[in-house]
Amino acid sequence: MKRRKVDVNAVPGKVAGGLDERFQAATPLRSILNKVFPDHWSFLLGEIALFSFIVLILTGTFLTFFYTPSLTTVTYDGSYAPLRGVHMSEAYASSLNLSFDVRGGLIMRQMHHWAALTFVAAIVVHMFRIFFTGAFRKPRETNWIIGLTLFWLGFLNGFTGYSLPDDALSGTGLRIASAIMLSIPVIGSWVTTSIFNGEFPGHVIMSRFYIAHVFLIPLALLALISVHLGLVFKQKHTQWPGPGRTEHNVVGERFVPRYTIKQGGFFMIVFGVIALMGGLFQINPIWLFGPYEAYTVSAASQPDWYVMFLDGSTRLFPAWELRFDLWGWGEGYTVPPIFWPTVVLPGLLTVLPMAYPFIEARLTKDYRSHNLLQRPRDVPARTSLGAMAIAFWLVLTLSGGNDVIADKFHISLNAMTWAGRIGLLLAPPLAYYITYRICLGLQQHDREVLAHGVETGIIRRLPDGRFIEVHQPLAPVDDEGHGHLEYAGWVVPKKMNRLGALAPAIRGFFFPIEKPAEAPVSPGHPPVEPKSKREEITK
Amino acid sequence: MTTDTHGHDVDRDEVDIDDPRLSRFEIVREGARRDGIEIVHYEDPFPIPGTKAERRTVRTVALLFLITGVAATAFMLIYILWPWRYELGANSSKLYTPLLGLTLGIALFGIGFGILSWGKKLMPREIAIQDRHDGPSDRQERKLTGETLAYMVDDLGIKRRKWLGLAALAGLAPVGLVAAAPLIGGLIKDPTKERILFRTGWDPAENGGKLVRLTREDGTPIRPEDVSVGGQMTVFPGIPDGATNEHADSPTLLIHLRTKDAEKTRADAKPINVGAQWGNFVAFSKICTHAGCPASLYEQQTNRLLCPCHQSQFLITDNARPIFGPATRSLPQLPITVDEEGFFVATADYKVAVGPAFWERP
Repeated sequence: MKRRKVDVNAVPGKVAGGLDERFQAATPLRSILNKVFPDHWSFLLGEIALFSFIVLILTGTFLTFFYTPSLTTVTYDGSYAPLRGVHMSEAYASSLNLSFDVRGGLIMRQMHHWAALTFVAAIVVHMFRIFFTGAFRKPRETNWIIGLTLFWLGFLNGFTGYSLPDDALSGTGLRIASAIMLSIPVIGSWVTTSIFNGEFPGHVIMSRFYIAHVFLIPLALLALISVHLGLVFKQKHTQWPGPGRTEHNVVGERFVPRYTIKQGGFFMIVFGVIALMGGLFQINPIWLFGPYEAYTVSAASQPDWYVMFLDGSTRLFPAWELRFDLWGWGEGYTVPPIFWPTVVLPGLLTVLPMAYPFIEARLTKDYRSHNLLQRPRDVPARTSLGAMAIAFWLVLTLSGGNDVIADKFHISLNAMTWAGRIGLLLAPPLAYYITYRICLGLQQHDREVLAHGVETGIIRRLPDGRFIEVHQPLAPVDDEGHGHLEYAGWVVPKKMNRLGALAPAIRGFFFPIEKPAEAPVSPGHPPVEPKSKREEITK
Repeated sequence: MTTDTHGHDVDRDEVDIDDPRLSRFEIVREGARRDGIEIVHYEDPFPIPGTKAERRTVRTVALLFLITGVAATAFMLIYILWPWRYELGANSSKLYTPLLGLTLGIALFGIGFGILSWGKKLMPREIAIQDRHDGPSDRQERKLTGETLAYMVDDLGIKRRKWLGLAALAGLAPVGLVAAAPLIGGLIKDPTKERILFRTGWDPAENGGKLVRLTREDGTPIRPEDVSVGGQMTVFPGIPDGATNEHADSPTLLIHLRTKDAEKTRADAKPINVGAQWGNFVAFSKICTHAGCPASLYEQQTNRLLCPCHQSQFLITDNARPIFGPATRSLPQLPITVDEEGFFVATADYKVAVGPAFWERP
């Protein structure tokens, strides 16, 4: 039989043809490959969260091979000598084992923890970006709500994961969580005993948290992340205003190859940063805390950073308790003080932001769809509201560590508490006012440069003895020397070298490189075309 | 699936993609056009092959990938050869995790920056513009879909057969409950049963009716002379597992007050706490009434007890009343005495629920 010669070059084409005969993929595939994505550094913040999530799944799966979610008491007999012979839960013992007696286990655990911190941090910063640029406006309200849900799911998954090692610190956190559940009016004690299967801590909480942490919540996260990305894909990404950019187009790079290549590189860098942190920076050294015992705690016990604001609110809230008897029915009832800062406050912090896109649309009577982003300075009221929220959160978070601040700076602890209480009332309105003024100032400066031109730094003495600074107009001027450029919602060049003037100093390290300077070009700062006939600076 | 595979513009001449004179890029551009995308700017950063600048960039990217290779190999060598098991003291096993992180981080950075500089420096720069096709669907489309949806309701005939709808609702609502019941019902645990939230390990019922001794963590009982004046000790119910998390609400702080403070404490005792003190000794629940942390920082000079979690402070000499911070309720006092053998015992359980408050708590 004659052997047929295989033409290697024709193989990809043949395979592709075969696939298309079966799936008719050519048209939809091409439209995905060609899809245009706008580019700006601030659009990459959400990706950090996505990449951290992938690292979390990878490292977390590894950890499940060694962790035992059990509160059965065992005697530790592992490599970590200081705890040998100590009675502890199996959960804590297995966490120690995977840190000390599994090759590379510690770096996996630390990478997992750092990735979790990065995950929530990236979500929060990404949310700031969305808020301050108005990217949540119609038609993207749904994705804003999904994003907020993702934050709380990340928060919950962080807390359940933090509780799993059953060390002294996380056990204390769990006890506070049980107090928070207990505080819910009417159903609180039922909720708590049902979750813990009896009194705190019971025997089942670790296995319940475990299945929530490794299956239920990640599943919800995965589903919502898919919808989140799917909606970004379907609705197309927002973009900054700029040359050629309108509400009805997307200006950028095609999905494949440039955009995907950049994303792939960025993933590796996020992964690398997490690896470096996981290896070099110790996080949650559970072996130093010891096993959880209901009667031990130390000062300076702080939760992970994203829980600290709730710790702070709990510390600051005054000792206000509601006690009443329902017309003599029962022995009397209580709404404990911890209910307000840990159940009501997070509730408000969920509902208010979720409703914000609709509230803003109603107040500004703006029900149109928006695909162009706004610079924060151009919407001072919203920007100031955001600053107000950040100030509120910052006071709470700092108060979550007020015992450490009091200790390190030799301040009275009670004074720190009062400073937090007063600061919580004063800082947000102050932040609002200051941010509003800054926004207006920046707006004004943009308009001034558009009207009068860029400061050149050249001082000229006029014949009558006056000194003036020479300005470089951005466009032709009228008889009075005023430009008539409209503000375009984007960066106004304010330095001469943004206009292509002023060559930089001599380049080169050992030998000067004599090459004419180029105007800097970046997507963030579109170069202003130099006018073909530049006017002589005369005034 | 995305449905926005739009047709090409009608007023533009279509390029014959089988024209052999077309370059591959021209075909790509035509494909993009048919998807509503215009590549308006496309520029090879190195149009002349083999320039000095191009070779320099290629060298940089190649170097980055080589660094990755070196770092990854180092990672593998360290992973296999370095002593990794924990050993007490300063030794090379402490460097295992940092070295793994360092080599892995460098390896990943090498790939990341390598790919990024390849993409950003060597590949052609482009600006493409795509139509958004935003806004609502075509009016006719909306009407057709809307009518189709409405007709589904007509098909069912709910309007004509009102009773059928109601009956279906009445029948399906319990089914919803049936679906939820097994999921939630199995979890429900009645907190009022055996009053578990009100009882602790100090209840004589836990000890076969005998009074419960105050014991140390190791279970040994305590005599009055074991606690010096001004001193304090964490004590546990002297029952099996009394010092473990089985009785997480039972840890108690036994304090030996100075005589003057003890007299004041006795004089100021609230009705519920009268008789709970034994000599100069008082015992208060260690579980904070705010969030359940152990209130464990005792300031001897001021007789204050501080909870390190949220900084509630309790004045021991005044019924352990909260005097600062978010706590609202006093720490419950454990009534104590000394039995015939000279060891501390609790004369009864706490009179009120210990730990954080809840709805049914009077």
